[in-house]
Amino acid sequence: MAVVVAPVPERLRRTRRWERRYAIDRSMRTLALACTVLAVIPLVTILAFVTINGITALNIDLLTKPPKATGVGGGALAAITGTIQMVSLATLIAVPVGLLAGVYVSEFAGRRMANVVRFSADVLVGVPSILVGVFVFTFLVLPFKQYNAFAGSVALAVIMVPVIVRTTEEILKLVPGDLREASLALGVRRWRTVLSVAIRTGWPGILTGIMLAVARAAGETAPLIMTALGSRLVNIGDFSRPMSALPLFIYENARQPYPALNEQAWGAAFLLLLAVLIINILVRARSLRGPRR
Amino acid sequence: MTADPTMGEPTAESKLEIRDLDVYYGAFRAVRDVTMSVRARSVTAIIGPSGCGKSTFLRALNRLHELTPGARVEGSVLLDGADIYDPAVDPVRLRRYVGMVFQRPNPFPTMSIYENVVAGIRLAGRASRNELDEIVERSLTRAALWNEVKDKLNEPGTSLSGGQQQRLCIARAIAVDPEVVLMDEPASALDPVATLRIEELIAELRANYTIVIVTHNMQQAGRVSDETAFFTMNEDRAGYLVEFGPTREIFTNPRERLTEDYVSGRFG
Amino acid sequence: MSVQVDTRRLQGRRRSRLPDRLFSGGTAFVAVVVVALLVAIFVMLATNSALTWQTFGLSFITGTVWDPVTAVYGALPYIAGTIFSSAIALVLAAPVGLLTAIFLAEYAPRAISVPLTFVIELLAAIPSVVIGLWGVFVLGPFLKVTVESFMVDHFGWIPIFKGPAFGIGLFAAGVILAIMILPTIVTISREVLVAVPGSQREAMYGLGATRWEVISRVVVPLARSGIVGAVILGLGRALGETLAVTMVIGNGQNIPTSLFDQGQTLASKIATSFNEAQVGLQTSSLIALGLILLVITIAINIVARVFVGRASSRVGGL
Repeated sequence: MAVVVAPVPERLRRTRRWERRYAIDRSMRTLALACTVLAVIPLVTILAFVTINGITALNIDLLTKPPKATGVGGGALAAITGTIQMVSLATLIAVPVGLLAGVYVSEFAGRRMANVVRFSADVLVGVPSILVGVFVFTFLVLPFKQYNAFAGSVALAVIMVPVIVRTTEEILKLVPGDLREASLALGVRRWRTVLSVAIRTGWPGILTGIMLAVARAAGETAPLIMTALGSRLVNIGDFSRPMSALPLFIYENARQPYPALNEQAWGAAFLLLLAVLIINILVRARSLRGPRR
Repeated sequence: MTADPTMGEPTAESKLEIRDLDVYYGAFRAVRDVTMSVRARSVTAIIGPSGCGKSTFLRALNRLHELTPGARVEGSVLLDGADIYDPAVDPVRLRRYVGMVFQRPNPFPTMSIYENVVAGIRLAGRASRNELDEIVERSLTRAALWNEVKDKLNEPGTSLSGGQQQRLCIARAIAVDPEVVLMDEPASALDPVATLRIEELIAELRANYTIVIVTHNMQQAGRVSDETAFFTMNEDRAGYLVEFGPTREIFTNPRERLTEDYVSGRFG
Repeated sequence: MSVQVDTRRLQGRRRSRLPDRLFSGGTAFVAVVVVALLVAIFVMLATNSALTWQTFGLSFITGTVWDPVTAVYGALPYIAGTIFSSAIALVLAAPVGLLTAIFLAEYAPRAISVPLTFVIELLAAIPSVVIGLWGVFVLGPFLKVTVESFMVDHFGWIPIFKGPAFGIGLFAAGVILAIMILPTIVTISREVLVAVPGSQREAMYGLGATRWEVISRVVVPLARSGIVGAVILGLGRALGETLAVTMVIGNGQNIPTSLFDQGQTLASKIATSFNEAQVGLQTSSLIALGLILLVITIAINIVARVFVGRASSRVGGL
């Protein structure tokens, strides 16, 4: 059969009048792309500078020595041990509180109570961390007229709790109701059902939330300023006294006019950034791959 | 293979001619080797079981399937004799002449009824307020909606009932003065009363537009269309055209066994 | 398949429900503690700043002098610093963030948008002090040499651009805040854009629209309230941000009149002055600054939630 195809008529072609619409489309696309590049640049430069300056500053001294009592030198041992201790204690305080509150909202609360708790947690997440520090100062430092690491840990815990509450509740919401019903139908007590069915199923997600909260607490400086204060001495185990922490170490050394100390700040920043990013990447990459089971 | 029963005679009245059309999504062939002809100012229905590529085929008629990454065609679709897949054709312009109404009514919620109708026109540049008013009235009248909404043109498009929303979408589609209107199961989300009004509307629209309607409702195809195409698919899940012809023939005296099975299965 | 069962009948006699009630009661108690925490923060800040409110009344908020020597305290310079730096941050971050979100949601193929979104989210995880360190030694000097010199040389006669520009100052604080709130704006905006139903887009394409026309006339209007919420949430974050701002804003004690002046925000003033402050009126006034910041931040966050709902259900929350 003869195939007769007519030429493309003018009305279906791209004409000059329509060029304007396409020009707008193209330029907006370019603009949006440019903005995206602009948005990524700070991250890249921050990572680059912290890595380059930090690695050159890394040496054994930095990791294993405390700051010199006078003058310049020494290392971040006090800061490293301080962060580990305070974040650990904060986690020990925050996880049970956050977990149980999240369980309450998801499993037991009536609608109104659930909304109240959820609202409080949401608002708490948005409270500036320095105000958390001031808050803890008023009842754990001021009355005793003593800066102490316990107050620092509590401040970090207050920051962690709302995050854990929210993620626990959201994860538990995703656990299918059928699982709980099946367990209850078998005669298992409510509290055991919650623990061994709901929490166990949601555990990977809950753990993710906890790890993200830990990463956040490890990086916080402001709440520690007026609670743990910081210290040049290595403090192991004495929570009634001030204690150093990596973020505080970075902050103090960054402000000093001595380049050698500034270098130490970069080194410590590199360590802190490495730890925080590793946790975040591990955790988020997991959720990218999708939930298990 | 008997004489090809799908060939409609290409006539001077052919608005759309489809030749050996295959539609692919990536490596998967969704529609296989369709050849048929759509007459101007008529209603052509496309029927067949679900999943056999009817909607995909319809979308290939105004290149809307290209919104899905990896979608492509082989073969040609001639609009008044010119291949719409020619590289010189601008798909954006094409869609002004081949419009579409979708299964679920989708008026723009952030726009009023008035703004919904002129949404397409506003794309092409300025028109005076008077011109727009005229177009709005004409389109809504042709969509059998004018009397019901003329006093509330500024209300949101979504404040109407389902059937009214669909007629609003039809008004929106015809406001840009297309030549062909594609309809993808336009009444399937509506109640029977609204459905009937849409069908009446389609009969009226035939006077001005060429209509191709996909429907899973055979009675509807029988009521509304002049010609009908019956699609089905094999194990390879590629839809293909079984038979095409005048509606009366397809339903009372089909040539193909498959067609007869499908058509009588429903009535029986 | 779920089975409807009368669980009470299966749970045994009444007294053995005690462990259940202990458990649910225990969790309820803890939950109440969480709520009480929020109230407690407000109460403690209020009571510990009572001295200041009694001494100055509401004119503390409008006072422009902060002088420990004469024991006169006023919050206005810091309120101004907070507002100005946040405003700069919003002006910079909102358009860039929205366009980035549009690119990621509408233009970029999945293979690009998924990793890019991930990378931008990662920016939010960087500790504030690390960003501040970079700000002091990298961003500040960079701004001084590029943008600020340019503006001062060419437009310095306009009061808002008056030099000298040190790099460190209000503008640097605004830029660094913009960088820090960008992830919030981008990720939430992107989510609401993606949530716009495909049928809406189809309808607009079907009328013969270009991609940008579909985005600007249909998608963005539908995502409008979520986008506004994202920006307001970004503002909330900017208001409370302490360390990075403290490190680059310098140490101005007056209301900044030029972009390149030094300044202080409510948060940075507290951070720098708290430990040296004398217990008494000075500490009380610093805590009063905190109370003002608390009220502002909570109000902004509540307004933001109204717009966004709880759109973000990402683990960890931002």
